[in-house]
Amino acid sequence: MGQLQNFSKGFIRENPVLVLLLGLCPALGVTTSAFNGLGMGLATTFVLVSSNIVVSLIKNLIPAKVRIPSFIVVIASFVTITQLVMEAYLPALFDSLGLFIPLIVVNCLVMGRAEAFASKNDTFSAIIDGLGMGLGFAFALTLLGGLREILGAGEFFGLSLFPGDGMLVFVLAPGAFIGLGYLVALNNIVKKKLDKTA
Amino acid sequence: MEYIIIIIGAVFVNNIVLAQFLGICPYLGVSAKVPTSVGMSGAVMFVMTLATLVTFLIFNYILVPLNIEYLQTISYILVVASLVQMVEIILKKVSPALYQALGIFLPLIVTNCAILGVTILAVREDYGFNLLEAVVFAIGNALGFALTIIIFAGIREHLDLVDVPKGMRGAPAALVVAGILALAFMGFANLV
Repeated sequence: MGQLQNFSKGFIRENPVLVLLLGLCPALGVTTSAFNGLGMGLATTFVLVSSNIVVSLIKNLIPAKVRIPSFIVVIASFVTITQLVMEAYLPALFDSLGLFIPLIVVNCLVMGRAEAFASKNDTFSAIIDGLGMGLGFAFALTLLGGLREILGAGEFFGLSLFPGDGMLVFVLAPGAFIGLGYLVALNNIVKKKLDKTA
Repeated sequence: MEYIIIIIGAVFVNNIVLAQFLGICPYLGVSAKVPTSVGMSGAVMFVMTLATLVTFLIFNYILVPLNIEYLQTISYILVVASLVQMVEIILKKVSPALYQALGIFLPLIVTNCAILGVTILAVREDYGFNLLEAVVFAIGNALGFALTIIIFAGIREHLDLVDVPKGMRGAPAALVVAGILALAFMGFANLV
């Protein structure tokens, strides 16, 4: 598999949120606006790439039996770094993402890539894999956040698109589930079209 | 009375799954049949209550006095992971029947963000819970999780029999159903 394919698989074919249904809690919880979705996606990408690098470097040093706890400690350290940096430099985003920043630790996506990819491949491939999967995650979150922001508040990245309030339900909890449901269905259709042309 | 308000608030108003979006993975993953969802709820209640009890003590009597609150995330996840292991070993010895019922769900719970989420929420300053209130809060959240996942499993059993449009089959239909359920739970807003 070429590195380009390794990078691009995270967007449509193996999109972590829309196809693998991993990391749904932050995907639903923080996507009240496109900006929040992008912020969460990039924070997760940082943790994913950093933990992939460390895991692929230490994969020969740790015994197989304690690899899961060791991965968790590596991931938790990077999450703590993200948490502290964000609190210092992006306090507004930190407040709106809230509880979901420490919860990056239990995002199955990060653990899943460490276990399934980084612990078996060289560092460079692991970086590309982390970037592709992380940006695919960010892509899905921005899409869902944008959808909910446009329908719910009539804005996109804070820019007003049409006057009035929009359908408030899309900013609230039910809109997250319904919006994601339709995005998954849409991605299924796009994926099928891609498979046909390929 | 205070405890009843905490429980009602956690079960209905700020439902952990439908309002706070925690524990979505098991909510979608093990809700295909009612019996499995009951088993998962039991395991969650057990671990959530214990984990909150232990992490509350660790936070207030170790992390705060030493001024190392920033180690919260790392220490909590280690506590939850080792607690689950310990519960599994003890259950196997003490109560094989209970182990049979909850066993397969226990390893899944380590990555259930509802557990870590509730343990972090329970020590939040604006709630100002004492130990007993924190434990009641955990029990309430576990009850809320149980209620929603069992209702959802009941609906999904029927959903299998319905003719859903092709593109919406499986996960998309389940997500839309969850959305409608969340809409129903919004009726409880401002109850407490």
